[in-house]
Amino acid sequence: MTSETPGILYCNCTYAQVIDPAAKAAVLRQLLDSGQSFEAVADLCEMSARKDPALIRLASSPCVKIAACYPRAVKWLFASAGAPLDAAKTEVLNMRDTPAPQIAERLFTDGVRPNLPSGKVTANSGPAEEVAPLPHATSAEPTPSP
Amino acid sequence: MALRDQTYLRVVLYEGKDSEPLDGEQRFQTVSRLLGQGFALTRVGDAGRTAPADEMPVLVLGRFPHGAEQLESEATSDRVRFTNVTGFNNDQMVAAVESVRAEKKAVQQGGWKPWFPVIDYDRCTNCMQCLSFCLFGVYGADREGHIQVQNQDNCKTNCPACSRVCPEAAIMFPKYKAGPINGDVVKDEDLQREKMKVDISALLGGDIYSMLRVRSERAQSRFSKERDSGKALNERQKCLAKLAQAGDIPAEVLMSLPSPEDILRRAEEAKAKAQAALELQR
Repeated sequence: MTSETPGILYCNCTYAQVIDPAAKAAVLRQLLDSGQSFEAVADLCEMSARKDPALIRLASSPCVKIAACYPRAVKWLFASAGAPLDAAKTEVLNMRDTPAPQIAERLFTDGVRPNLPSGKVTANSGPAEEVAPLPHATSAEPTPSP
Repeated sequence: MALRDQTYLRVVLYEGKDSEPLDGEQRFQTVSRLLGQGFALTRVGDAGRTAPADEMPVLVLGRFPHGAEQLESEATSDRVRFTNVTGFNNDQMVAAVESVRAEKKAVQQGGWKPWFPVIDYDRCTNCMQCLSFCLFGVYGADREGHIQVQNQDNCKTNCPACSRVCPEAAIMFPKYKAGPINGDVVKDEDLQREKMKVDISALLGGDIYSMLRVRSERAQSRFSKERDSGKALNERQKCLAKLAQAGDIPAEVLMSLPSPEDILRRAEEAKAKAQAALELQR
């Protein structure tokens, strides 16, 4: 577990209804009421599709907790926009399948439990914390356009 | 359309030292609206950290008891703008942001449901099945022959068909309803995708495109012979329903497919691109 003070990134998944609106609102409200500094974006998918340069800024945090969706999706959304996340210092909290109170609890707990997948992870793979860190900017880096 | 060389506006809601916090409900409503309009926002509070700055213009909103003018004059960069939102309601705050966005000619997000494939390169074997399959030119290959998503805008909203033909479950659509296409972990049964692909093929009696062509030609022939447009339409709908069920392909995508000749031509082009990419790897 990383002990540095992590940054927090919240994705509002604005352009789809795949995350329960009440869950999103509850997480956002708790973040705002906490007095904590954090980053919020409208929709990581759109930013990735548009190769939004803001993703590079967000990925350059020393360590970060991201409230969004599945870690595998978040990892490759950043990578495909040329902004790979540091797997050793990134924890993704999945608002699609985790209740808002648990998300908030993890966001406000010190330290990061890295959980980006690496390799062909399946449901039978070991705990996320034990997964070897992704070599930065290697396989995660998208190949250049012709 | 890549934003790599364009300007975006970073909005900062400042509630740290030397400012007064916003009312809780107003803060929530304003931030929700800004996110709903596609803005990225940094909230600066009493604790925690924010992501490093970059070279993009920044608009700092806050309740500054001594006004914003002095802060602006002390700013080390003219790309930072301060707005004192004391007494502002939600509409005024959102309007202030929109005004600076327009002034800075920063991009306006939104207006498109971001539906496009995301490749899990940990799983991808570069087999080019997706490139061969997609009729809409979403995929391409780089100079070294590596598969890439090159034209996200061409992707048909809510159509996950290419992920169904990926033998490695390496193609995600993060806004899809179910795993592993939505990015959820890949289960053992998902790894039977090659089998599933064969099943789809068997169900359709060959490959999807030739099936469509044959069905469409039959329908056209029947229409021309019998002048029974209802029967022809019925036949087409049956075929499309089967396809939609097999691949979870939205009916509107199937209905908007090009003519059989065009389908064949595009399929051949895609196949040729995939073949060329595979040869580059050898």
